[in-house]
Amino acid sequence: MSVLEYQFMQNAVLAGLCGGITCSIVGVFVVTMHLSFIGVCIAHAAFAGALLGVWLGFDPLIGALVFSLASAGIIGPMADRGELNLDTSIGIVFSLMLGLAFLFLGLMSGSRTEALNLFWGSILTVSHRDLAFLGAVTAAEIGLVLAFYKEILAVICHRQVALAVGIPATLIFYGLLFATGLTITASLQSIGGLLIYTLILNPAAAAYQLTYSLKRMLLIASAFGVVSCWAGLTASYLLDIPSGASIVITSCIIFALATAFSPKRKVKRWQQA
Amino acid sequence: MSDAVISIKDAVVSYREDVALQGVSLEVHRGEFIGIIGPNGAGKTTLLTVINGLGRLVQGEVRVLGLPVNEQNGIKLRRRIGYVAQVENIDPRLPINVRETVMVGSYGRLGLFHRPTAAHWASVDRMADMVGIAHLVQRPIGHLSGGEYQRAAIARAIVQEPDIFLLDEPTASIDERAQWEILDLIQRIHRKYGMTTLFVTHDLRQLPAVCERLVLMKEGRIWRQGKPESMLKKDVLSQLYGVPVSMPRQTGSASWLHSSQ
Repeated sequence: MSVLEYQFMQNAVLAGLCGGITCSIVGVFVVTMHLSFIGVCIAHAAFAGALLGVWLGFDPLIGALVFSLASAGIIGPMADRGELNLDTSIGIVFSLMLGLAFLFLGLMSGSRTEALNLFWGSILTVSHRDLAFLGAVTAAEIGLVLAFYKEILAVICHRQVALAVGIPATLIFYGLLFATGLTITASLQSIGGLLIYTLILNPAAAAYQLTYSLKRMLLIASAFGVVSCWAGLTASYLLDIPSGASIVITSCIIFALATAFSPKRKVKRWQQA
Repeated sequence: MSDAVISIKDAVVSYREDVALQGVSLEVHRGEFIGIIGPNGAGKTTLLTVINGLGRLVQGEVRVLGLPVNEQNGIKLRRRIGYVAQVENIDPRLPINVRETVMVGSYGRLGLFHRPTAAHWASVDRMADMVGIAHLVQRPIGHLSGGEYQRAAIARAIVQEPDIFLLDEPTASIDERAQWEILDLIQRIHRKYGMTTLFVTHDLRQLPAVCERLVLMKEGRIWRQGKPESMLKKDVLSQLYGVPVSMPRQTGSASWLHSSQ
C-alpha cells in the first residue's frame, strides 16, 4: 500500500502497535481484578493534567503524567488504609478529576482546539517524541511483566493469598496502578482521553472470554488491541472517518464477537451451598 | 519456654471503635495442634492475623519463630506461615488453573526474579496428589467445588513448606462430607509433618481429633484454655456461647468429639 510510504502513516502504524499492546496489557490486569473503572478514572486524571498544561502553557504530557500517577498513587492507599472500598475510592478520584478537567477547560481563553484534540486524540499526527515515549513505556511494561509474571499472576488472581504467602502484594498492586497511569499518559496524544479506556477495556475483556490462561490472555488481548488500532486506522483512511472513533468501534466489534463465541458462556457460576 | 514458636503478650487490636483483641497472651510450642473456638466476633481470626503480621497491634508484643512481628519482618515471617482461610466465592472465569494456584504457595519463598523450577512443579504435583486433587490440576480454579477448592488451598499452604500452619474455619460453607474429608486431611498432614498448627472454628463438631489444647475465646479475650476433655463440657460451652449448648452426637472419626466418645 503506497499510503504506508508516508511518514505520518508509518508513525500511526507504530503508535497503533505500541498503544494496542500496552493498553491491552494493563487492560488484562484491571479486567482480571474487576477494576475496569480504574481506566476511566486515570484517563480523566491524565486529561485534567494535560488540560492544566495547555491552560498554563507548560507541556501537557508532564501535566498528564503527574495527574495520572498521582491519582494511581492515591487510589490504592485510599482504599487500603481508609474505610472505603476500592470502587468508592476510584469513584471519588474520578469525580474530582472530571471536575478539574471541566474547570481547566472553562478557565481557558481563546481557541480550545489543542484541548479538544486531547479528547479525541490524533493517531495520524502523533509526533516522534510521543511515539518514542509510547515505545519506551511499551518496552518497559513488557519487561516488567516478564520479570514479575509470577507475582502479577498471584496478585491479580489471589491478592489476599499473595499477601499471606509473603509476596510483596501491596507493592505489586500499586505498581500495576502506576503502570496503568503511565500507559494512559503515553497513549493520550494518539488515542485521546475519552477513548483510551475503551482500548484498555475492550481487548482485555474480549480475551477474558476466550481463555483460562493468563499468558494466553496477555497475548490474545495484545493481538486484539493491535488489530483494533490497525483495522481502525484502515477504516479511517478508506472511509474518511475519525481514527479514534473507528479504533474504538473496531475494538467493540471484537469484544462482541469474542463474547458471542466464548466457550466460557457455558460455564455455570459455582454457588456456595 | 524456650521452644515457644509463637509468643503473644498482652496483644490489643482495634478496628476503629471495636476492640477485636483485648490484652491476649498466648504461648504456642513447636509441633502443638491448638484448637481455637468461640462465638462470632470473639477475635479468633484477628488472633491469627497478629501471628502472620497482617493484623495491626495497638499494644503488646508478638514474637513468631524468634522474630518480633512488625513491618520489617512481616513478609519474611509470612513465607514460613501457611494460611488457609474460609472457602471464598471466586470468579469462575479467572485465568489461573489449580496447578498454578497451588504453586503460588512457593512464590514468597522463591523471591522476586526467581522462576519455579521443574523440582517446584514436581512438588506441586506431589502435594496435589496427597490432597486428592491430582485429577483436577489443569482445571480453572474457579471451576472447583468448595471442598476441592479447600484441598487446593491446603496443598498451596503445604507447598510453602511452612513452620506454622494457620487454619481459619477451613470447613465453613462446604458440605458435610467434604468437611470430614478436609478434617481428616488436616490431621494426616499434622501427623506427617508435625507443623505447629492453629485451627479456628466456631463449629464444635469440626474440632480435629488431633487437637491437644483448646483455647476458648470470648469478646476479644482468651476466656479459658486447657485440654479438650476439660473444655468440651456442656456447662463450659454454654457459658462460652451464652446459650445452652447440647453436645453434638453425630460426628465423624476425624472429630475430637467423636474420638473422645
